[in-house]
Amino acid sequence: MAEFTLKIRRFLPESGEAPFWQEFDVDLEGHRSVLEGILTAKAKEDGSIGIRCSCRAAICGSCGVRINGRPRLACNTHLDEAVKDSPDGGKIVVEPMGNMPVIKDLIVDMDAVHWKKVRRVTPWLLPEGPPPEREYVVPHEAMVDVTQTMACIQCGACVSDCLSMEVDPLFIGPAALAKAYRFVGDPRDGAHYERLKDLAEDPAGIYDCTHCFNCIDACPKGVDPMSQIMRLRRIAGRDHEIDDRNNGYRHEHAFVENIEKNGLLHEADLLPDSYGGKMHPRAVPELIDSLPVVTKGLARGKITPRKALTHPHRRHYKDVRKLVQKVEAKDEVLELNLYIVGYEDEDQKEESL
Amino acid sequence: MKVAYWPGCVSRGFTPELHGAMEKVAPLLDLELIELDRASCCGAGVISEHSQELADTLNARTFALAERTGEALMMNICSTCQGSMGECQERLDANSEYRGAINDNLRDEGLKYDRAVTNKNLAWVVVEEIGLDELRSRVKRPLSGLKVGPFYGCYIVRPRERLGIDEERPRHTYLHQIIEALGGTVIDYAGVYKCCGFPIITMNKEASLKQAGRHLGDAVDADADCLVTPCPLCHLNLDLQQPLAERVVGRELNLPVLHLPQLLGLALGLEPKELGLGRHVVKPTSVIDWTQAVVAGTPGEAAA
Repeated sequence: MAEFTLKIRRFLPESGEAPFWQEFDVDLEGHRSVLEGILTAKAKEDGSIGIRCSCRAAICGSCGVRINGRPRLACNTHLDEAVKDSPDGGKIVVEPMGNMPVIKDLIVDMDAVHWKKVRRVTPWLLPEGPPPEREYVVPHEAMVDVTQTMACIQCGACVSDCLSMEVDPLFIGPAALAKAYRFVGDPRDGAHYERLKDLAEDPAGIYDCTHCFNCIDACPKGVDPMSQIMRLRRIAGRDHEIDDRNNGYRHEHAFVENIEKNGLLHEADLLPDSYGGKMHPRAVPELIDSLPVVTKGLARGKITPRKALTHPHRRHYKDVRKLVQKVEAKDEVLELNLYIVGYEDEDQKEESL
Repeated sequence: MKVAYWPGCVSRGFTPELHGAMEKVAPLLDLELIELDRASCCGAGVISEHSQELADTLNARTFALAERTGEALMMNICSTCQGSMGECQERLDANSEYRGAINDNLRDEGLKYDRAVTNKNLAWVVVEEIGLDELRSRVKRPLSGLKVGPFYGCYIVRPRERLGIDEERPRHTYLHQIIEALGGTVIDYAGVYKCCGFPIITMNKEASLKQAGRHLGDAVDADADCLVTPCPLCHLNLDLQQPLAERVVGRELNLPVLHLPQLLGLALGLEPKELGLGRHVVKPTSVIDWTQAVVAGTPGEAAA
């Protein structure tokens, strides 16, 4: 048995008092979970500690908290592992999840944020036409693919640390968008276009993700929410050519055309092209808005008129142009989903890191 | 040490001082840079949103060019290159059939990716290949009293598994370690591992600038003299766009942001002008005493 110190953030909004830290020493074996540590403190020292939990086996998704600053399930985080990550001299720091209001201590209001957002994406199957006489027949791979998002246990860990949501609380967020992919990736669903159109046009939809990877690291179930959001973008932009009002489609296309033309990115073209082109009505107010930055950039020699108008590296890149055109002209685009096929050779994976 | 050197796009575009500084710093670290001057943009995660095959093909081409130099180590100076190329390399390495199909795309140029190259960011090269003791021994002008906030950029710290971050290789602490080895003081602030907001600058400008403004503000509040970043895209949002970020968050920031090679260069004895510090939108006056061309707060003197 070893002694672990839990440093728990306490807060009772109705009390009118500010949140405060409280420390509890618990005697438990290292392989026991942080949740058991919290429950031990609750049973032996202070029955008023608020924590939501049920299955204690990483299935129900109730005990999402931040441990040492990172979102985790308290029930599948070992005490001896948590101690190693401690930012505070060996104390295990436990806080409520972020991006959601605190109800009490470690309990956050999942209804106010997470569940509302999940409902936003129409989280049920919308089949096309009448159901078949017998079962639906779907390709095996398509079903394996959507099991990745079906593995979500709705714990809210990804919502907690979503950096887009931190500055834009309206963002639909990783959990709900991963759920949206669960239906867009399902061949039985008949509303793929409508779903994607809706999520592409919403300013808080798929193009509001800032690509920070926090949700990927947060997820205890390997759902990979950000990758699902990127696939939603790919299907919306490439398969359905949804030209959204958030510049998502235009930015993606401007980027690819920019590289086809120049080999290296030519930023002076990319920014206006993402708004539809230098003279486009959408681009002009953007350029005016950015004038303080443009003038400073010019004054410091960061941007020179010659560089802004021409691309000095372009001539080296004829081969890249041909290559992009060749790949873009192919009828079928290759995609490798490691979730489905896995690694051929695990040793190689280790070596390449 | 010879490395296949991939400078990326932005280091030769809107942040030309980055590539320039790297070229000046390399000989001081005994790094011989074999520049991959025909390699293309990594796609920055955007091309793979359009077509995974295209992104993987372009990066397989870059890796093949690196392999052709005969060096097993390829160095980049951009967190975004590290992350997005790493994602492509993971797929290419995982499956021989897929790798073969991508190599077919490269056949016209006579190129082939053979899994024979490791791609490391400058920060990783400094800590893992050169070593911090070696770096310390080369410091000519310690950054004593300079309070530096690290800003890593998402692509180089997440996802941890793909980036090989573990107890043995705590790559998420390398900037901290480098700042300390150069004699500076690390400022820990809320934004160290957060997103600069650049990927959504054309999609949701307000949210994008709010991110940049918030992290800069947190660093100012933590009393940082400057930030340092290994990512030129972060630099665009944190430095170039700082006047707009100030407007969005409604406060004055005026916080200089240095590229990693610039910070190394200052400590290794190079002059601020050589390192292109005059090219930043936010003048690094709190870092540099321009009249003396020395780092602020050298020993015996209070930090500016």
